[in-house]
Formats: sequence, structure tokens, C-alpha cells
Amino acid sequence: MSGKDRIEIFPSRMAQTIMKARLKGAQTGRNLLKKKSDALTLRFRQILKKIIETKMLMGKVMREAAFSLAEAKFTAGDFSTTVIQNVNKAQVKIRAKKDNVAGVTLPVFEHYHEGTDSYELTGLARGGEQLAKLKRNYAKAVELLVELASLQTSFVTLDEAIKITNRRVNAIEHVIIPRIERTLAYIITELDEREREEFYRLKKIQEKKKILKEKSEKDLEHRRAAGELLEPANLLAEEKDEDLLFE
Amino acid sequence: MAGRGELIAVIGDEDTVTGFLLGGIGELNKNRHPNFLVVEKDTTINEIEDTFRQFLHRDDIGIILINQYIAEMVRHALDAHQHSIPAVLEIPSKEHPYDAAKDSILRRARGMFTAEDLR
Repeated sequence: MSGKDRIEIFPSRMAQTIMKARLKGAQTGRNLLKKKSDALTLRFRQILKKIIETKMLMGKVMREAAFSLAEAKFTAGDFSTTVIQNVNKAQVKIRAKKDNVAGVTLPVFEHYHEGTDSYELTGLARGGEQLAKLKRNYAKAVELLVELASLQTSFVTLDEAIKITNRRVNAIEHVIIPRIERTLAYIITELDEREREEFYRLKKIQEKKKILKEKSEKDLEHRRAAGELLEPANLLAEEKDEDLLFE
Repeated sequence: MAGRGELIAVIGDEDTVTGFLLGGIGELNKNRHPNFLVVEKDTTINEIEDTFRQFLHRDDIGIILINQYIAEMVRHALDAHQHSIPAVLEIPSKEHPYDAAKDSILRRARGMFTAEDLR
């Protein structure tokens, strides 16, 4: 893994400021995402608990419904084929609505009735009451199952969302932030080294200047001692100037 | 956003399907295709799988109810379905009571809840 890279950027004071701002941004982003992940996980656990409860309840309701089916069969005879043949329009349908949790849209099912009961005449001969009870039981089961389906879809969607969010949090925490920190460290070391170079250069120049000055002073001393040197005219010394008038 | 109504499909044994049809969920669409499948002793696994995939492709089906013992037979097709819609619900049948350990949805959460499952 080339995780040892830093961002290629020319080291300057401005670059340093930019990198600092980016680091701050990355940290804020990571914290926000962590909060989102926590909220989603909380909701996820709640839904999971509800699902388990509802599934157990559903097992019971289905058993009851199956019982009443057996009863009805006993009284009214075998009506399965008639029922299956007489299918045309559904009375119970579902609608998908959107629910929003911490920025994640979850689909929610809502059931509604439409039209009349196409099985009103079944069981007219015998077993009418058992059949009516059977219809009620299965209608109840359908309602429960629609609720369960909503929970289940929320479950699956949340699962995906949590995985994605956690992936992003980890990416920021283990890749982006270390990269920015390395870049920052690099810029700081480069700037420091440049300062040191400047300092060193200045020192060297000062030394050179000093040596040069000492050398030229020594030279001056020698020439003065040898008497070769004429002092240049000193304007400030009082001397008689010959009047150069119009002669 | 309430969309247009969607249907509940059933794949189950005769009793289950009859019961749910009496509950009022059965419909034949324009091409006279039903939204349910009665699985008998001689129904092949391919047929079940085909019908399941057809239900998945139809955009007017929101929920698919399937008996758990049938779900076992086409477990691979169920596990391959990762979308949230249509929702696939496993229901018990008369002979096979509900077993939480086999439900493909609950298996995904296996790591989180262990002993609390069956409380």
C-alpha cells in the first residue's frame, strides 16, 4: 500500500495555511460522519429488535390462520380450486412511502383496501361463518406481514448505508488525515531548513565581509607606513585658499 | 411520495395460497399472469426459481411472501437478491413451523444478536 505518500505541493507559508485548513476540514468531516454512523446504528438495532418480535408474533398469527383454514375446509369442503380460479382483482394493495432517518431515505409499506371482496359468495352453501373468520384471520396476517416487510426493507437499506458510512469514516481517518499530516510536516521541515540556509548564508557573508575589511585596513596601514599615501585634501581643515581672481 | 399501488405476491403450498387469496391479495395482470404460485409436490425447483425471478422483475410487486421450506430450496436465488424492494418475507407453513435460524434476513444480523434471538 502506498500509504506513505504526501500531497505534492510547493512548500511555502501559504501552502502551510492551506494544509492546516484542509486538515481541520477533514477532521470535522470525519466527526460528522461518525455521528451519522452512530445514529444509523442505533436505529438499526431498534429495527432489528422490532423485527425479531414481529417475526415471533407472525409465527403465532400464521398458525392461528392455518387453524381456521383447516376448520373451514372441514366444514365447507375443498374450496381451494374455486378460490384459485376466481382471482381477478386484488382488494389489498400496498403503497411505498419514504421515511427519512439521519439523511437516509427508508422505504415504508402502507397497505390499503380497494374494491370489493371478490369472495363474498364463496361459502354461501356451507361453512360461511368459518370462511368469514378465515378471511378475517388472513387479512390480519396480511396487515402484520406488510408491517414486517417495511421493517425488513428498512433493515436492509440501513445495513447498506451503515457499511458505506463506516467505510468513509475509516478512509478519512486512516488515509486522508495521515496524508495531510505528512504533507504539513514536510512543509514545516522544508521551511525550517530554508530559514537555516538563509541564516547560514548571512553568517557566511558577514564573515567574508569582516575578513575583507580587515585585509583592506592592513593594506592601508602598510601604505601609510611606507609614506606613499597622500592624504586627500581635508575640506574641513582651515587652510588658506589662494584667491583666484581675475588676473 | 406515495407511488401507485403495488401487489403482494405469494409462493406457497396450496393451503397458504388459498388463505392469502381469501385475504384478498390475488390479482391477474393484463397478460393474465397471476401474482401467486401454488407449489405442489411435483413442482420443480427451476419453476419456483423462474417464478421468483419473474416476480422480482415485475415492477408492480412490492412484497413476496414465500413459505420457509420453499425458500430453503431456492436459497441461492433469495440470497442473490440484495435490493430492498421487493421485500422477500419468509412465512411458516402448516408442516414447517417458523425457524428463525434459516431466515436469510436474520442471518445477516447473526453477528449482532446471538442469544437474544430466541428470547
